[in-house]
Amino acid sequence: MTDGWRHTERPFLWRRALWIAALLTPALVVMVLFVLWPLLSAFRFAFYEFNGLRPSGFIGLENFRQVLFEKPFSDWTYNALKHNVIAFLALMVFENGTAFLIAFALLKALPGHRVHQVIVFLPVVLSAVIVGFLWKLFLHPLFGLVNQLLGLVGIGAVPWLGNENTALGSILFANIWHWLGFPTLVLLAGMQRISKDMLEAARLDGAGDYALMTKIVWPLIAPSVTIVTILTFIGSFNWFEIPYVMAGLTGSPGGSTDVLGLYFYRTAFGSTTTGIQDFGQGSALAVLMFILVAGVTAIALRYLRRREIEQ
Amino acid sequence: MRDRGETVRNGAIQLLLAVNAVIMIYPLFVMVTSSFKTNAEIFSSPLSLPTHFSTANLEKVWTETNFVRYLANSVGITAASVALILLFSTLAGYAIARYRFRLSSLVLMFFLSGMTVPLKLAIIPLFIQLDTLGLVDSYLGLVLVYVAMGIPSAVFIMTGFLRTLPRELEESARMDGASELRIMWSIMLPLARPALVIVAIQNAVPIWNDFFFPLVLITSDNLKTLPQGLTVFVGEFTTDWGVLFTGLTLAALPITLLYIVLSKQFISGITQGAVK
Repeated sequence: MTDGWRHTERPFLWRRALWIAALLTPALVVMVLFVLWPLLSAFRFAFYEFNGLRPSGFIGLENFRQVLFEKPFSDWTYNALKHNVIAFLALMVFENGTAFLIAFALLKALPGHRVHQVIVFLPVVLSAVIVGFLWKLFLHPLFGLVNQLLGLVGIGAVPWLGNENTALGSILFANIWHWLGFPTLVLLAGMQRISKDMLEAARLDGAGDYALMTKIVWPLIAPSVTIVTILTFIGSFNWFEIPYVMAGLTGSPGGSTDVLGLYFYRTAFGSTTTGIQDFGQGSALAVLMFILVAGVTAIALRYLRRREIEQ
Repeated sequence: MRDRGETVRNGAIQLLLAVNAVIMIYPLFVMVTSSFKTNAEIFSSPLSLPTHFSTANLEKVWTETNFVRYLANSVGITAASVALILLFSTLAGYAIARYRFRLSSLVLMFFLSGMTVPLKLAIIPLFIQLDTLGLVDSYLGLVLVYVAMGIPSAVFIMTGFLRTLPRELEESARMDGASELRIMWSIMLPLARPALVIVAIQNAVPIWNDFFFPLVLITSDNLKTLPQGLTVFVGEFTTDWGVLFTGLTLAALPITLLYIVLSKQFISGITQGAVK
């Protein structure tokens, strides 16, 4: 290998080692202090009781027992988890389903397709806080844009965010509006990698758009589908900003929009009403969420990758 | 016959895309136009265009709120974080890519494993760590968290890119007696500009938009970032929708303008960033 100091004399080797160490040190220090150490501590803290900001005593699995099996904590945990699961399924069907259709439409590269790509991705670059507040105003029962438009076609005012049956769906709608461009362009990139010859050949054999979409495009974009599925899963289980902005810290109304991210934040940093904070229980929740997301992701990756190879 | 079917299908596709474009753009259009309306106008005729372009809301946001401060904080924090991510990851990536040393693959592995860590879930120990260092409720604490979050994928990209640069350049400079620092700074790094742009966009957008870390780490109103400041702002002006729409419009404006100019880089940067 030929680099810098080819001499073998000691002073040169030392200078070389020092130079390399100097290059690596800043990044390594930041990583150790603010990623590695907090991460290891996160697992440790889950087994401790807390007195304010400091761990006060080892209590084994007590925090886990509380959040999983002791009421009312366990009720909150499963209620939130249920909404994360609903969010994941709804986003897979409605967000990624729409994204697939739009990507397929963009693949045709008809006039204006570049402008449409820029448009569909525009909300993605905005902060979830902006998107959440904007839709909260639009979903206002009396003066909001949505009910005003529905009023034009004779549909009465719906209290979208105030009703337990419609709140989660409304928040999911805002989320889909925010993120739609992302799976769209990831899927489009996957479609564009399919060879033109193969698409041409299928067309010459008389395949229509529908056959082309289901028999050629869908199987061949398996890697992109894997990525989109995994990212949707991670996103659904770390969901926080839009529910926080649109439904508040307690997932109102009546906990119908509570998700694990909100519940974790309330437990760790105190709800606005009670001000109680419990770092021990919070750490246990964080560890459980980490295991859930990492575990399911690992299993899903194995399964989805196998599907890719079979295709 | 076939052409006719093709025309119909293309028409259907254009219709789908047009409907989607309206759904994406119309809410933003209403947001912008509402910011020029008076409150009474918004409530009485929410769908109509403003009768005259009033800048009263804008003046209110500018003078009666801390908006400008939030904006400046966001600019400063994003710029400082991105600059440090670029600097640290370039140095580390340069060491891994251009020198052969015993621990190099281990060091790279360490950085890469950081890409899989969801730092939000480690917020409790992170908070305690920053509290111990006296960095809670400070710019520096927030910036260091962002730098830690950005480094893993930035090192990955920089290492990959710096490896592709030809050895010959380096060798001939060394023959001429240039120091290692000089070779890195004036010969190799200027060539790495495309990778630096990708890393910068990939990190700047999520940092600029982040809400979670300021929510936990920043409490002083004067240190709040724009997304966090918006929640304060919305709390204060709950019923003044003209001011709310103006605040949202102003908050969305900088990144939207940048996106329109650099849409290609934004799209590839953000999609690649998450796909890594």
